[in-house]
Amino acid sequence: MSYKIGIDVGGTNTDAVIVDSRGEVVAATKSATTPDPFDGIRESLAKVIAQVDKAQVTQAMLGTTHPANAIIQRRDLQRVGVIRLAAPASMGVRPGVAWPKDLLGAIVGPIDIVGGGNEFDGSEIAPLDEEAVRRFAEKCAGQVAAIAVSAPFSPATFDHEERAARIFAEELGPDVAVSMSHRVGALGLLERENATILNASLLGVARNVVEGFHAALLGNGLDVESFITQNDGTLLSAEEAVRFPVLTLGSGPTNSMRGACSLAGLPDALVVDVGGTSADVGILVDGFPRESTAAIEVGGVRTNFRMPDLISIGLGGGSVVHDGTEGVTVGPDSVGYKVVTEALVCGGSTLTLSDVSVRSGRLTGFGDPGLVESIPEETVTAALSWVDEQIRIMADRMKASRHELPLIAVGGGSHLVPDAVPGVTEVVRPNHHAVANAYGAAIAEASGSIDRVFRFGERGREACLEEARSLASEAAIRSGADPNKVRITSVHEVPLSYVPGQACRVQVKAAGPLAS
Amino acid sequence: MRRIASEDLDHLTLGATLLGTGGGGDPFIAKLMVEQAIEDFGPIDVATLDELDDDALVATVAVLGAPTVIIEKIPSGSEFTDAVRALSSYMGRKIQAIMPVEVGGMNTLIPLAVATELGVPCLDADGMRRAFPQIEMTSFTLAGLSSSPMSLADEKGNKIAFETVSNQMGERLVRGSAMMLGLANAVSLYPMTVAQAKDAAVWGSMRYCSELGGHLRAVQRQEPDAWDRLLAFTGGRIAFEGKIIDLDRRTTTGFARGTVTIEDFADPTRTMRIEIQNELLLAIEDGRPVVTPPDLICMLDHETAEPITTETLAYGQRVRILALPCAPELKRGDWLDVVGPSAFGYDVDYVSLEG
Repeated sequence: MSYKIGIDVGGTNTDAVIVDSRGEVVAATKSATTPDPFDGIRESLAKVIAQVDKAQVTQAMLGTTHPANAIIQRRDLQRVGVIRLAAPASMGVRPGVAWPKDLLGAIVGPIDIVGGGNEFDGSEIAPLDEEAVRRFAEKCAGQVAAIAVSAPFSPATFDHEERAARIFAEELGPDVAVSMSHRVGALGLLERENATILNASLLGVARNVVEGFHAALLGNGLDVESFITQNDGTLLSAEEAVRFPVLTLGSGPTNSMRGACSLAGLPDALVVDVGGTSADVGILVDGFPRESTAAIEVGGVRTNFRMPDLISIGLGGGSVVHDGTEGVTVGPDSVGYKVVTEALVCGGSTLTLSDVSVRSGRLTGFGDPGLVESIPEETVTAALSWVDEQIRIMADRMKASRHELPLIAVGGGSHLVPDAVPGVTEVVRPNHHAVANAYGAAIAEASGSIDRVFRFGERGREACLEEARSLASEAAIRSGADPNKVRITSVHEVPLSYVPGQACRVQVKAAGPLAS
Repeated sequence: MRRIASEDLDHLTLGATLLGTGGGGDPFIAKLMVEQAIEDFGPIDVATLDELDDDALVATVAVLGAPTVIIEKIPSGSEFTDAVRALSSYMGRKIQAIMPVEVGGMNTLIPLAVATELGVPCLDADGMRRAFPQIEMTSFTLAGLSSSPMSLADEKGNKIAFETVSNQMGERLVRGSAMMLGLANAVSLYPMTVAQAKDAAVWGSMRYCSELGGHLRAVQRQEPDAWDRLLAFTGGRIAFEGKIIDLDRRTTTGFARGTVTIEDFADPTRTMRIEIQNELLLAIEDGRPVVTPPDLICMLDHETAEPITTETLAYGQRVRILALPCAPELKRGDWLDVVGPSAFGYDVDYVSLEG
């Protein structure tokens, strides 16, 4: 029997699981995230591997908030030179123009827009101005740790970005890393450029994460392949994660939803993840979270990443219940992870939803039920009817049609979810639901994607889609997917207005289990 | 004259997104261009029609191309000033003010950036007070004005100026030329005197757009009575609330066409079908047209009240459909032929929102 390890480092908890080749959880642990997250990772690893034969562990997956925290806290970010190969186009919006000034000051060094880039049909806007690229390299020497290169339509035609990267390598040597936009993001130059700058700036953090994870594994006697989970719930190899940290920024909610789906054995379902402070509801379609169409901001910077479409409200095990003159209200304040000391049921002095849950019998085995006997019946009824109504509304908002779906309840506060929710076929509470996110990391697959403009008029729609599908599959196989098990997970076509030749933007994703 | 600074742009951008009725390009990019132009060239003066000399020459300026190309090939800025200068030089007359052709979508804001770079005022007026897919669909056409002479420029310095015998022919020629010039171009057209603009333009459309954006922002902030104030300001109504249950897209003649079907939240037997040609154009409820062009169909996210563009429509979105009456200036002359349902190939009669 071979094993995989999944670890998820969240803001509050670090979870770890060991999953066998049938997908069964054989060991799981949950502990508080430590100030140096690697302390928590090492401890969690030690706890779970004590329960299995180490030699049988083949792979280890990590989902972490490190890069996101680095941006939010403006910490450990590297200085980046920003070059756009697009002149004379795009001069109307310089790089970084819409960035928060403090973040701009913290990470952006020299900026230039030089001749280069391509048109929608692949022809050149201008030849690549190699002299200008070299002059930019001189300006960057000794000033920056990395360079972000972007160019119009590079997701389709990336020759200019690659040539510029080669020039930087020649001029500046291997110590200055180069992030190319076509490897980072999809269509939308400004958003892709932003993501590429963030990516370049995070390269140091990424190296620390990957090296730290590797060291934690080795320290526990595990010399195995390691992976980092990315935003869409699939994996980046350690080698790729060092180069594309920005792709791992939002993996937490996705891991939790994918984990819930797999633990419950339901590819199509609603998922509610109730934590200490908030509850998130999302929807799984074919085992993957439905993605949001809204522009995603990271640290105040607009990017074009796709994140799970989630509705969040302040409803969690630590939400404070107010019983005042205006009746019973809940939250939005919460004692968060301090629920284990602050809640009445734990001998604390704050009335929380966990107390109400214990009093009503929804939550058992938590604290001393004797301590909450004095909570009035009316308070319990009022607080729980608010909870039930909120969960009903969120589930209904998330559903795409009247068609009823099951609701999978996961997370430490999921005891609050009632057994019956209107419009939901059943409430499923899978085993190990408290570590759904680490489980989601452990079972994650390798993936590949493509986002390009095709002209159906030239070769026909089917031929174009076939090419897109095979490009996505090849990319998934390059990322480590088993060539025999790769499948297309999504195809998205958006016809382009005003473009001749039936131009269509085609986005295809492929995924498959890791080749063993 | 009113000075526009960066902080005034938020409401204008939001209003422009709403008036874009799902199309009209991404006003966010245009907003960034205006912010940079203010930084580089100074604040922008917006003039009302009666603040300028009747003899002063005005021209509209707009970005013309494909929205998906423009998000990759961001404009340079120089193509707009080039287009205006090319038109000016063709006519042998100085252009003394700039005006948007459409207040709706990204073309609401672009003229502001051009005005400050050229050092001329921008007129608070336009030819649509919404977005339409073709350049002849304007109050200017309805008033008998020619879109010619007109000019087209790209970011590389290529430019052409030309005249056509009809505004419809102007649309065909400019669209065809844009395909050769990279599909992210500047066009300058409808040169006219201020006296002509007083008769032919929609008055105060920038201020309307900005105030509309302010009302919508209040809705988004969930201020009390914000919806009532927005509806009172526009004379519009909420036409439908529900969930998208079907989405059918197709490209036929270069326009992104499609149909979106929405099902009422409470009563699943009630559905609304909206026909798309770049913009949301025609709303049909239970087989009966309820909102018809030139009136506006705006789609908002049900929770956040963020306008939804036709490119980001998705199955399962929860939406609110807002119907707004068009600018009264669009109802003159042979308006039904130019901007009514038949101009878009729909075989239905115009239905007034006033009932």
